[in-house]
Amino acid sequence: MTRPDHVGPGLGFTFDGRRIHHRPGQTVGAALVEHDILAWRTTRHDGRPRGLFCGIGVCFDCLVTVDGIPNQRACVVLADEVEEITTQSGSGHDRLALRDPADD
Amino acid sequence: MIDAGTVTADPVNETVTPVDVAIVGAGPAGLAAAVTCARAGLRVCLIDRGTSLGGQYWRQPAASPDFLQSLVAREAPVSGPGRGPVHPRDLRHLHHDLATFDALRERVGEALHAGLVDLRLRTQVWTAVVTDAAVVTDAPGGTDAPGPAADGAAVVDLHVLGPAGVAGVVRARRLVIATGAHDIGLPFPGWDLPGVMTIGGIQALLKSSDVVPGRRVALGGTGPFLLPVATGLAARGVEVVGVFEANAPTGWWPHLSTVVRNPDRLREGLAYAATLARRRVPFRPRTMIVEAHGHDRVEAVSVCRLDRAGRPGLESVVRHDVDAVGIGWGFSPILDLAVTLRCATRLGDNGFAVVAVDSEQRSSVPMVLVAGEPTGVGGAALALAEGELAGHVVVADLTDPVGTTARSRRTGQRLRTVRRDVVRLRSFATAMHAAHPIPPGWAAAVRRETTVCRCEEVDAATVLEAVAAGADTARQVKQLTRAGMGWCQGRTCEPACALLAAGAAQQTTREKAPLAGPVGASALAGDTERLVAQPVSLGALADLLPRSSSQPSHDQ
Repeated sequence: MTRPDHVGPGLGFTFDGRRIHHRPGQTVGAALVEHDILAWRTTRHDGRPRGLFCGIGVCFDCLVTVDGIPNQRACVVLADEVEEITTQSGSGHDRLALRDPADD
Repeated sequence: MIDAGTVTADPVNETVTPVDVAIVGAGPAGLAAAVTCARAGLRVCLIDRGTSLGGQYWRQPAASPDFLQSLVAREAPVSGPGRGPVHPRDLRHLHHDLATFDALRERVGEALHAGLVDLRLRTQVWTAVVTDAAVVTDAPGGTDAPGPAADGAAVVDLHVLGPAGVAGVVRARRLVIATGAHDIGLPFPGWDLPGVMTIGGIQALLKSSDVVPGRRVALGGTGPFLLPVATGLAARGVEVVGVFEANAPTGWWPHLSTVVRNPDRLREGLAYAATLARRRVPFRPRTMIVEAHGHDRVEAVSVCRLDRAGRPGLESVVRHDVDAVGIGWGFSPILDLAVTLRCATRLGDNGFAVVAVDSEQRSSVPMVLVAGEPTGVGGAALALAEGELAGHVVVADLTDPVGTTARSRRTGQRLRTVRRDVVRLRSFATAMHAAHPIPPGWAAAVRRETTVCRCEEVDAATVLEAVAAGADTARQVKQLTRAGMGWCQGRTCEPACALLAAGAAQQTTREKAPLAGPVGASALAGDTERLVAQPVSLGALADLLPRSSSQPSHDQ
């Protein structure tokens, strides 16, 4: 993504390419929910959609890929500090050459 | 299993910060302890993984970069028009007793200004080790577990990961664990659909990000915490289709004298009830959400009545269209750090494990005190009292162990008052748990394919097979099924696994289950061993090795 308009906090991040405007201080999870996006991960075994559950960093259900790094908690990461959020599938390491045995 | 008493961390690659007292958790208990210690001139390190002071109870929007400045000046940064920063001022109505928080926050600000408090926000304690001070300076290798005799010389090393994964060690003469609690969520069909959250999660969305989870929300579970979440949502214009409380207010009758001795709690409850009535939010006692419907997100819930034995009448289900659901079955204290340090546990009021403390908040491990929810879930007022009590005890330990000075006499009076508060508020917490038990029929609607462990996607059939095969604790269920082995390490599913295992144990022994009471309490102690308190990157572990050429940690 090009970000000519990204000059400071509060202007937003992208979620799977879509620009999400948020308020400074909001978490990534809160900003997504405010935009009616409730899921940003699919599970390893059944591919089920997941989003916020505990909302306070305990349950790790809201894992998401943040600026290319998988398995970050959307309810903890601050929206001001990220540029690109992408939906995570499975373990989040699907781009690696190794296959996840769980996918077999 | 590494013995916490014999590991000598030799953190050659980490900065070691010596302090008098480390306090983990900056909620009501931790703030009260920190302020009490700093006022007596102790050097305090106050650690919290959140982005601001207040914990979950007084959860605040993420601190702005000039947060420390704003703490000292007491004024939060001024927001711009429209969609400016999430501002604490706009969210004050969501809070209870915020004046107390303001006062504590101001005192922490003063102590920061005076250089007495080292405030570490966005910082995780991933493990802790009790170390004999002599070993730290002389012989790297090992020592016997320090007993009470070694008390004066021993220290607690807290291994922390700060913002951007910067590792360090906080070396403290005393540790106060004030790590709070999180919601208990119990499985039901559809509880893993996006849009179904814990009520604590909903409250966090509101308090820290000024966001509501949906436009039509159903809330269910049990306990007083349902009420402020409902009023908070209603105040934001959310249609709360119902507060589905599994128990009835009449459950408080046997505890009337306790309630009368805690008029503040009574007033708080009545105020929420009045607000719910004014906003026409239906409060439905003895009901339960038994299913969430939807494909990729929640679209409706099924609710049914519970009979007097706490079993849902599944033949009389009412359906409500919703776009979000909040559930909460009470709270699970966060024990990771205490358990890592081998603090002895006992069974709390709701049958789940809590840290055992004496009347001075001391745990079984010398130098380690515990305050607030980890000693037994009891709410913010009790946490404040326990935190202050722990603070006074630390001050006496480190400045005046003999107790002869004029200050110690004054403190003695205050100590007696705070101890009385702790006893009174603890009795209220016991009454609360008795009035709001998890109903025996909580799992009646769970189907074979209902997910129990959300991380490892273990269904109820698999858990029940393990239970039928003889697993009678959450730990055994975990070993047989992987339920509890995923990212959250059982924090979410352990209560359910323990209850399912205990329920089966009760049936096989033909014990008479109490109609309303902790189920099979002895089986609910759960996992009380933990080597690493928080998920941690391999880089942080590698940093512990002497002369390793470690890479900076990238985890979180």
